Amino acid sequence: MRRNHGLQRYLWIGWLYVLLALLPSMAMSQDTVSNDAFAQLLTGLKADDFEQKEAALRQLAQSHDPRVLDIFKALQEARLYFASGSGEFIYLNENTDPPSGVKVLSGEKLADLDPAAYDKVSVNNQLRSLLKELTASLNLQSPDRSLRLAAVNELVGEVTPEKLALFKQLLATESDAEIAEVLQVAIAIADLDGADTQAKIRALERLSTSLRPEAYNRIQSLLAGLPGQPDSAGLHAAATNALHSIDGRREKYRFIETTIFGLSLGSILLLIAIGLSITFGVMGVINMAHGELMMLGAYTTYLVQAALPNAIDYSLFIAIPLAFVVSGLVGVAIERGVIRFLYGRPLETLLATFGISLILQQIPRTFISAQNVTVQNPAWLSGSWVINPALSITYNRLFIFAFAMLVFFGLLAIMKKTSLGLQVRAVSQNRAMAKAMGVRTEWVDALTFGLGSGIAGIAGVALSQITNVGPNLGQGYIVDSFMVVVFGGVGNVWGMLVGSLSLGTVSKYMEPWSGAVLAKIVILVFIILFIQKRPRGLFPQKGRAAEA
Amino acid sequence: MTRQSLIMQLIRNDRGGQIFIGLLIAMLLLVSMSNLLLPADSVLHLSTYAVTLLGKYLCYALLAIALYLVWGYCGILILGHGAFFALGGYAMGMYLMRQIGERGVYGNAELPDFMVFLNWKELPWYWFGFEHAWFAAVMIVVVPGILAFVFGWLAFRSRVTGVYLSIITQALTYALMLAFFRNEMGFGGNNGLTDFKEILGFSLQADATRVGLFVASGIALLLGYLLSRYIVSSKFGRVIIAIRDAESRARFVGYKVESYKLWLFVVSAGLAGIAGALYVPQVGIINPSEFQPLNSIELAIWVAVGGRGTLYGAVAGALVVNFSKTFFTGFIPEAWLYGLGAIFIVVTLFMPKGLVGLWQRRAAPLKAAGAA
Repeated sequence: MRRNHGLQRYLWIGWLYVLLALLPSMAMSQDTVSNDAFAQLLTGLKADDFEQKEAALRQLAQSHDPRVLDIFKALQEARLYFASGSGEFIYLNENTDPPSGVKVLSGEKLADLDPAAYDKVSVNNQLRSLLKELTASLNLQSPDRSLRLAAVNELVGEVTPEKLALFKQLLATESDAEIAEVLQVAIAIADLDGADTQAKIRALERLSTSLRPEAYNRIQSLLAGLPGQPDSAGLHAAATNALHSIDGRREKYRFIETTIFGLSLGSILLLIAIGLSITFGVMGVINMAHGELMMLGAYTTYLVQAALPNAIDYSLFIAIPLAFVVSGLVGVAIERGVIRFLYGRPLETLLATFGISLILQQIPRTFISAQNVTVQNPAWLSGSWVINPALSITYNRLFIFAFAMLVFFGLLAIMKKTSLGLQVRAVSQNRAMAKAMGVRTEWVDALTFGLGSGIAGIAGVALSQITNVGPNLGQGYIVDSFMVVVFGGVGNVWGMLVGSLSLGTVSKYMEPWSGAVLAKIVILVFIILFIQKRPRGLFPQKGRAAEA
Repeated sequence: MTRQSLIMQLIRNDRGGQIFIGLLIAMLLLVSMSNLLLPADSVLHLSTYAVTLLGKYLCYALLAIALYLVWGYCGILILGHGAFFALGGYAMGMYLMRQIGERGVYGNAELPDFMVFLNWKELPWYWFGFEHAWFAAVMIVVVPGILAFVFGWLAFRSRVTGVYLSIITQALTYALMLAFFRNEMGFGGNNGLTDFKEILGFSLQADATRVGLFVASGIALLLGYLLSRYIVSSKFGRVIIAIRDAESRARFVGYKVESYKLWLFVVSAGLAGIAGALYVPQVGIINPSEFQPLNSIELAIWVAVGGRGTLYGAVAGALVVNFSKTFFTGFIPEAWLYGLGAIFIVVTLFMPKGLVGLWQRRAAPLKAAGAA
């Protein structure tokens, strides 16, 4: 019974929405012109003279007929034709074979059209921009919120004195806060064209909190036109203040944006360095093939998408565990097959793993392609979150940050809460003692290496969402991630977090004034100098074993 | 003590070294005669291309000796030796660029083509002096030496060792690569320095010049070998070996471990610079890709293949790996990286003493039999 009740309520709400949606259109239909008069207006479009066409378009826009928007759209897309004989207007669809059409006035469908019997209604650039403007004006009153918002956004900075009244009227009835704000800005910009100095100053005050480029440009041009005008001192001060205020706000948002860029770069570094750090920390092994394990993860994503082309949106959920397994198994194989024979000889390990990296790099070249492959973004990762005109964040940046944090805290939990973590920490602090206490160090080594490699694999999945996937994917990041390890301190997970995020953000802060390449060089030099002071990184590992 | 006897002293107890020097001199003579004296259609004639290729290998061999000096004798694996090689190469390249003079595409006597192209009005200060061969010759050693001195001073003083040092040197060469890619640096950016015309007045296109460069590389290798022998057999060299085997003990005994390491490193960087300088006129170009970290790691594997027990082992490793690289990339280019990767793994796993180690192991029972 309760369930039924809920259903009823939904129905009611649905009804309310339908009514609400109908209301404005009912209101509009009151002053619509008659069908005949509308047809008469349309014939104006047949004129060869563009000025006559312009007049016809303006009249059509004022007719308040619901078909006008479709007609304008068809004109912009060059789909509006009229029969050479009867003069009847149709929308032509050339995509069907033979071409088909729809009658403009009656909506009647026509198949098997002979295009030769129809003339196109042509438009020039001037008419095209007029059409855009008229469409936006019509949409201003549309019941659809998103259409209305788009229309208002389109018209900001183009509000002529004639339209000012309409805008003010719209503002009075607008219930949506976001649209209302854009309307206010549009009105304020239009006010700057007026004669009333006080109104202008008020408008400037209003605009000083707007981040829209139109507002900024208009104030700048106002300021440029001021010298030579009488009594412009107050106006000048207000305009300068407004620009200052906008600059300040823009600066603030740019800073936030840079921070976010930096954090997302830092997250990538974190994902890469964290796996590197556990293998280095626990086994003292520099794994030069780490970047290639990451590349394997990225190619796993590619293969998953290739195998399931219809499920791109879900591909990441399959790719992440799969990449973990693939890279993790390859990692265990590397450890069992090569590295375990080289313990205590770190330099040789470095060279041997480098050899492995060369072989792994060659594998996709041989079996897939030497070129980069495209990995698609799921729909839920494309696009961006627009906070205001000065600040928008792409979803994949947010995703990578969240994902890196998830992996980081997941790993932290493994290290702190599981028996594997306990053993790993024991081995990394004092291998001999751990062994004496009954820890199977060989087994711990293999699992640790597998874990580190698996994390490299999922880092690869994340990376495939933001850069090109190719055989050289790993190489581009390996030096940077080693820098993170050296900077943060070997084997310290928190060191990795602080190290990667700070290196990421610092390099992004530097980029605007130094350029990306110079920023990288400066950071490398900084780290070389940094380890003078702290040879074991920010957070050195404690315990005697670390001294050896 | 005459010079002759010093050399004899250096190689008296070095049987492998004697063989190496003998072979090297014989090769220099035979190859240059075969190219210059025999007619082009003779079976024994070596093309100028092959001579230049051999000259390139000899430069690599010198580079391998330079790395061996620090890695083999002092246990410091520097993975950025390619940087010193490239810096020496750039110093030579700058001299060669200045020799082009008015024969460049833009015909500017003062400025190299790429500077004219970038609309630069005058030569940057660090290009001054490079029109003189003697100045360039000094810089070829001094520039890598200074970099090694500054870097080594910082690194050794704070006791950065082992893999840390290897990684940091990787970062060093990587940073230099990025820097040299920039046009603003004034070293030709991406394209580097190329289109050389002549060296010391001899045309670089002439066969005789090519052979001359080949012989010069051989002599440089020979001298580099003798210098290294001299260093390791001196008291300085003994301390170096002591540092390799027991760093803390050497320090406690009272040796200034840092300065020993530092000077060895500087000498090694200078040798690498010379190798680079001889390499550039033979290949005809120097660009930032010489700095790429991969090159420096590959260099380490040459030394490892040869065997980290002897100086001539390093030479042998450089020659063997590069011969096979040329051979394989010519026939089956896709397989080369598999091959190189496999070399890395096999050598580190199964041949800790490299090719020379294998040879010595076979030679040892014979020697023992002979003694008995």
